[in-house]
Amino acid sequence: METKTISRRQLLKSTGALIVSFNFFGAVPRILAQTAAPSDAGLQPGSLDSWLAVAQDGSVTVFTSKVDLGTGTGTALGQIVAEELDVPITKITMDIGDTSKTVDQGRTSASRTLERAGPQLRQAAAAARQELLKLAATRLGTPVEQLTVSDGVVSVAGNAAKNVSYGSLIGGRHFNVQVAASGEGWDLNIAPEVHPKNPKDYKVVGTSVPRFDLPQKLTGEFEYAHEVRVPGMLHGRVVRPPVVNSKPSSIDQDSIKHIPGVVKVVQEGNFLGVVAQTEWAAIQAARDLKVTWSAPATKFPANPTDMYDYLKNTKSFVERVGAEKGNSATALGQAARTFEATYRWPFQMHGMIGPSCAVADVRGDKVTIWAGAQAPFITRKGVATLLGLPEKNVHFIYREGSGCYGRLEPDDSPEDAALMSRAVGRPVRVQWMREDEHGWEPKGPPQLITVRAGVDAQGKVTAWDYAERTLPWTDARLSPMLASRQSGIKPDEQGVFLGGGDGAAYNFENRKAVSSGIPWFMNPNPLRTCNLRAPYSSARCFATESHVDEIAAALRVDPVEFRLRYLGDDSKRVIGVLQAATKKAGWQARPSPSQAGTGSIATGRGVAVSGMAGTVVAQVAEVEVDKSTGKVTVKRVTVAHDCGLIVNPNGLRNQIEGNVIQGVSRALMEEVQFDSTGVKSLDWRGYPIITFRDVPDVEIVTIDQKEMPSLGAGEASTIAVAAAIANAIFDATGVRLHQVPFTPQRVLSAINGGAPSNRGD
Amino acid sequence: MARISLKVNGKSRSVETDPTTPLLYVLRGDLGLQGPKFGCGLSQCGACTVIMEGKSVRSCSVPVTAAQNREVTTLEGLGSVAHPHRLQKAFVDEQAGQCGYCLNGMVMSAKVLLDQNPHPTDTEIKQALNGVLCRCASYLRIVRAIQRAANADQSAPPIINYM
Repeated sequence: METKTISRRQLLKSTGALIVSFNFFGAVPRILAQTAAPSDAGLQPGSLDSWLAVAQDGSVTVFTSKVDLGTGTGTALGQIVAEELDVPITKITMDIGDTSKTVDQGRTSASRTLERAGPQLRQAAAAARQELLKLAATRLGTPVEQLTVSDGVVSVAGNAAKNVSYGSLIGGRHFNVQVAASGEGWDLNIAPEVHPKNPKDYKVVGTSVPRFDLPQKLTGEFEYAHEVRVPGMLHGRVVRPPVVNSKPSSIDQDSIKHIPGVVKVVQEGNFLGVVAQTEWAAIQAARDLKVTWSAPATKFPANPTDMYDYLKNTKSFVERVGAEKGNSATALGQAARTFEATYRWPFQMHGMIGPSCAVADVRGDKVTIWAGAQAPFITRKGVATLLGLPEKNVHFIYREGSGCYGRLEPDDSPEDAALMSRAVGRPVRVQWMREDEHGWEPKGPPQLITVRAGVDAQGKVTAWDYAERTLPWTDARLSPMLASRQSGIKPDEQGVFLGGGDGAAYNFENRKAVSSGIPWFMNPNPLRTCNLRAPYSSARCFATESHVDEIAAALRVDPVEFRLRYLGDDSKRVIGVLQAATKKAGWQARPSPSQAGTGSIATGRGVAVSGMAGTVVAQVAEVEVDKSTGKVTVKRVTVAHDCGLIVNPNGLRNQIEGNVIQGVSRALMEEVQFDSTGVKSLDWRGYPIITFRDVPDVEIVTIDQKEMPSLGAGEASTIAVAAAIANAIFDATGVRLHQVPFTPQRVLSAINGGAPSNRGD
Repeated sequence: MARISLKVNGKSRSVETDPTTPLLYVLRGDLGLQGPKFGCGLSQCGACTVIMEGKSVRSCSVPVTAAQNREVTTLEGLGSVAHPHRLQKAFVDEQAGQCGYCLNGMVMSAKVLLDQNPHPTDTEIKQALNGVLCRCASYLRIVRAIQRAANADQSAPPIINYM
């Protein structure tokens, strides 16, 4: 295959608006890049040329290591640059996630792309515009103050005929300009002295520019990680043990002799893989290879119930205090009424539709990786450590994977591919099979949360005590990936634990929120853990917002009115979304439950609010509960969403719809099944997710805060979904659910008194 | 190994392959057609859907021999960015997708539906596509896109290409 490679230098010389490279199968509208490495330290953030390049035809290429995970952030970042430069959006090309061409802007997670990378690119573009105006002033013999820019053409105010285009000012050449730069990653601060546009003058930011990537994705012309093909490439598959912590004690090479095209069985410590000439041969070889695995060295709790007992009874390794005000213990003792309940959230999966996939080409001491990792520079470091090479010898090139919701922050497949490529001396493409992905993806950890609240004689909440017990992320950030651990690299910590919050915005006068990190298996195991969309937050909101609802119901107060009592002047935006959502949903003020409905069908509505990194959301869920079967149908979810300044309104709505529906799926049906040795949910039948049939209507109110910075929208609107549904089920039936997911069996059991409501006395 | 004759997107193709190979790997690996995607290999998610003789088929789970001398259409056979099918155009117009990995299955299943039922109700769309999974959950937009295509002029103008 011929891969045309384009360096930054060549790029500057190019004249076409669309940079096209070719593979066997025709045009691929992406830059398949291979550039001369910059210095060992990487690109300098203080160099304007690190951020963007203008070609002779005026097209602009933007270099960013903030990857687009399929959420449309590439388009939104492009809008920000187009806006500041005053170039048409059609002239923007995003070159994303190539470690040789981009500054490290930190991992792409926690919905921080527009909040953090947005200002970085905005300031770089504003600095570039300033530089272009200076060049134009000289060229046109007119002071900068008398120049205007439109569609990439600088002209003299009042004399439009006197003009010069960006392309002719700088096209094909470097800026060679330094700007101020401090901090690193998310905290990089670029050219702070440059004044960007006044948001009042925005023409591109705030409009629904269509996604750059969707046309190609709809015709098969888009190149996902799964589509990368390089010359001489072989196919690999991993062979993972079916159980926790076992080792390959013997391998019967003869068991795959009958499969034509097998190249090698690769073993590195406990890592095992097969490489073959064709993908189908690799699949058959991985399936048929006879391996005797050692008996599991350790055992999980045997089922989800035992897992919650494990969380409850195991000594924590860390306690994080998220909120502490007054003395909640004393206040509880003095309360007129107390409310106590324990809430459970299970192991859940990210459930990428396309499994992990990477191509690695290890040649001597140089490595190239193509994959969909969320953190190109962290993945590069992991591969370098595994292979014992300096980081600069590893070139990571981002190619979008399937939507991953946190799963590819710890991207395992580049390391799998690297080990196999090194073993055979050829490029190897590794794609996980469905059972690999379901079985071995790091899961969202389970949470066990007990909330105790106290109310005085006047019905005022005087005490709030939130105690959470959960697992850390065993696989996240800089911790070694699966292949590294299988080949003997040990993590040097007990995992990453983000603890602390109850997620509540309420001004309870005595309040305490503590999260306890419970130790978990740090050796390779199928129930390893990592960040899953809105990590920890959905369960925290479920507990908090269910409990608040429970108290409101016991006091016979409308749930919205009750919440507003505890939202103060510091929560104006929370109040704003709460009022907007309930207004849009046609909320009728009354206490819950109503137990409305006819026959076996009960209907109800529930409300919940949530926040994440400054973004605030309120949701109203409307449900039908079939009391004869326990089946919950979510009919409609109404969302009000405030994430500051909106860059792309339709892109935002797309995110909210997806977040809400995925949240409904997690609330109603998702729970990883396992036993003491391994994961039992190994396909979509074992781990069902929502399908067309069960999708509710989603009504959305977006609140555009033009005076605020842009905040994230990738996760915030999934957080309150389970809580709103639980509250709606309570409104419909008078039954409080304390455990996700709300399966028909669990709901029916609760209705029949199997799981009593922990109502106040 | 065997030589297999195929007719894909109106063209006769011939491949030398292990006859047990599922059609998906031949389409992607041998013919370079990347529209159909591997999702599960178990006929559970629909990412690999192609149309064979007017019916939607999960190409991950049929051997290539089952496609011999039969008309196979992949996503590429419907249209391109330059010349999109009205379904592809409608999905772009509705911005119906996020990561897009499922979209092959959505568009191909919708094509079969509209061929049989040119003006389906929302419920009929949901029933027909119920076995195609979208984890980003763009389901509502996908229903709207299929309705838009069903009501569209047959001669769709080209997609505006921003890339």
